[in-house]
Amino acid sequence: MALSRLASSSSSGSNLLKPLTSALSFTPSLRRPISSAADDSTTLTIETSVPFTSHRCDVPSRTVETTPNELMTFFRDMALMRRMEIAADSLYKAKLIRGFCHLYDGQEAVAIGMEAAITKKDCIITAYRDHCTFLGRGGTLLQIFSELMGRQGGCSKGKGGSMHFYKKDAGFYGGHGIVGAQVPLGCGLAFGQKYSKDETVTFALYGDGAANQGQLFEALNISALWDLPAILVCENNHYGMGTAEWRAAKSPSYYKRGDYVPGLKVDGMDVFAVKQACKFAKEHALKNGPIILEMDTYRYHGHSMSDPGSTYRTRDEISGVRQERDPIERIRKLIFAHDLATEKELKDIEKELRKEVDEAIAKAKESPMPEPSELFTNIYVKGCGAESFGADRKEVRTVLP
Amino acid sequence: MGLRRFGRLVKWVGGNGRRPFSTSSSSSCDEMMVQQIASGKSLNLYSAINQALHIALETDPRAYVFGEDVSFGGVFRCTTGLADRFGKQRVFNTPLCEQGIVGFGIGLAAMGNRAVAEIQFADYIFPAFDQIVNEAAKFRYRSGNQFNCGGLTIRSPYGAVGHGGHYHSQSPEAFFCHAPGIKVVIPRSPRQAKGLLLSCIRDPNPVVFFEPKWLYRLSVEEVPEHDYMLPLSEAEEFILENWNCGTQIIREGNDITLVGWGAQLSIMEHACKDAEKEGISCELIDLQTLLPWDKDTVEASVRKTGRLLISHEAPVTGGFGAEISASIVERCFLRLEAPVARVCGLDTPFPLVFEPFYMPNKNKILDAIKSTVNY
Ligand SMILES: Cc1ncc(C[n+]2csc(CCOP(=O)(O)OP(=O)(O)O)c2C)c(N)n1
Ligand SMILES: [Mg+2]
Repeated sequence: MALSRLASSSSSGSNLLKPLTSALSFTPSLRRPISSAADDSTTLTIETSVPFTSHRCDVPSRTVETTPNELMTFFRDMALMRRMEIAADSLYKAKLIRGFCHLYDGQEAVAIGMEAAITKKDCIITAYRDHCTFLGRGGTLLQIFSELMGRQGGCSKGKGGSMHFYKKDAGFYGGHGIVGAQVPLGCGLAFGQKYSKDETVTFALYGDGAANQGQLFEALNISALWDLPAILVCENNHYGMGTAEWRAAKSPSYYKRGDYVPGLKVDGMDVFAVKQACKFAKEHALKNGPIILEMDTYRYHGHSMSDPGSTYRTRDEISGVRQERDPIERIRKLIFAHDLATEKELKDIEKELRKEVDEAIAKAKESPMPEPSELFTNIYVKGCGAESFGADRKEVRTVLP
Repeated sequence: MGLRRFGRLVKWVGGNGRRPFSTSSSSSCDEMMVQQIASGKSLNLYSAINQALHIALETDPRAYVFGEDVSFGGVFRCTTGLADRFGKQRVFNTPLCEQGIVGFGIGLAAMGNRAVAEIQFADYIFPAFDQIVNEAAKFRYRSGNQFNCGGLTIRSPYGAVGHGGHYHSQSPEAFFCHAPGIKVVIPRSPRQAKGLLLSCIRDPNPVVFFEPKWLYRLSVEEVPEHDYMLPLSEAEEFILENWNCGTQIIREGNDITLVGWGAQLSIMEHACKDAEKEGISCELIDLQTLLPWDKDTVEASVRKTGRLLISHEAPVTGGFGAEISASIVERCFLRLEAPVARVCGLDTPFPLVFEPFYMPNKNKILDAIKSTVNY
């Protein structure tokens, strides 16, 4: 089961997964330890870090099955996300990325675990912290860095920037700037899915800060009323900008806040727990309607690039999470525990990823800026024409291409 | 002594706000002198706003300041130190819920308090749009004056910052100018910001106060430390000889009237200076209050110059410039020597990568000045 899902996800053209497959099958140094310890198809049984807590629903099992291949894939994919976000940080500081930029490092297990449980026919919609979700949906590093730097090669033609990544062919409805606004949209997607009867669901992601927006509750009621296959995923990183969850929420048990809507609390730093929960939620939503997943996670960076991230929380808190709960380190330990790769081999993979990221950045820099005429495109559908006034007060009519 | 003198300045600025156009050079000198004596510290815009909020809380025990992250100082540091000084009961963070923030503020104000709510960016005011337009603006009218939320002031940073992109750059003032019952005020500089904000907070009507975020740090001038208020709904005419040190010399221009507000004023001012080099004398008016706006001052100016140019960052279509243009054409039709010019944002969403094309910059204004004068 786990295998077939994995196979289907890697054959569905995920660029994210491809390089690993090749690394695993073609790099002898990597293959050896794996085959010596366990065959790729060996089933490993793993306990999730902590039990799930539920609200008005069953609790999924803590025991999950995986394979050496999946473990290595998780390691690689999360390490790639981490590397990518660190690189975005440097690009921003070098002023190559303008606008607002929100990084995901620390939260990688949510994006990866969710993808591992679903297909690209399921929809995902999120807020502005969207780089890694896009990568998880099969977006490429080149598209990401091009978009971040406002180049034509970006996933939104350079017109969206960091907060507005989209990937239609993989059901990624993107990147939204207004906190909370994406959740009702997600319920609309789920309504569409219910009609099409293709057994797909929508994951609508939002933060602990967004959890206090009124429209979230409106959306929940609608989804529950009509049994929509909507899964509301609260990525609880415990801060909405500088505000700790307890300062803003009377009940920070976000998984319970749907009242009549069932919920699960999940360790969002454990990719296996996330995967298990998302699988459970999808089945639940298809049968019974909406469910809330609260992912207990953490962002290492500040809220955005202008926030050092250390005024409203202690450095000890951050380093404590890094040491005890880091999603990548967790997988690294599991890999060692099952003797799937050596320390050096994992370091080599990370080096390889760093190179991959650097190459993508170099390529993205070659992508041209959008044509000025793009300023007037995509406002209305083709042919509407956009009017503007020139400095000489003469009307300028731009006919859309 | 200095204080008393300053009192004169306040009265002068606030009292008979409608000054004759032919401000004599002697009164300019007088004003300069008074200002030099009365001037306080050199402050940037966010510090001036911070000072105004300190004064508002100090002078009225029933004043409150709240919004997302305000007790930590807010994104732009405007509320720094307020929570320490006045306590968590009066300066507090709210959850992330704009509709809730404004609705709460209306209720608080309806109980006779001064509610100063912050919406973190003007781009995020829309979830609260209903509360502002349908609740705040109409409370007094529909209750036959039994109730009102006049103590409510909503502060929000607006406008471009150079690279803010779609959701950190918008100028939504025109939406609110379509809601009789609220006032809309936008300052251009630290000194104006302080005096206008205090007026707004103390005004018996609900006010939306948009702060030009581009200028929070950039705009620095001498700001009196004293508690002073600048009148609402009275435009101010001026030509700044020296913007940076804040010396204001009110001087008439004869060839064209320029009207703007907020951050756009400094751009327009530079265009005026360049136009002057080419022999065009511009009169520049800072509208300050957009709703209800000072038609008389603009009309009187246009009657003198015969030409009008309006400039704002918001998209040209349906912008507040359209309202000014229509009103002035109604009043001064026969006196106009050229069509009213509007140099505004383009009719596109606020762009991320094309901001320089979108913006009504100095050269666009200068070109429009020339073509209007040479019409
Ligand atoms: C309606 C609205 N209000 C305010 C903001 C400004 N803002 C952007 S992100 C954010 C905090 C959101 O926190 P959370 O939902 O926990 O998400 P996280 O950033 O932690 O991923 C705020 C206040 C916004 N973008 N939209
Ligand atoms: Mg958060």
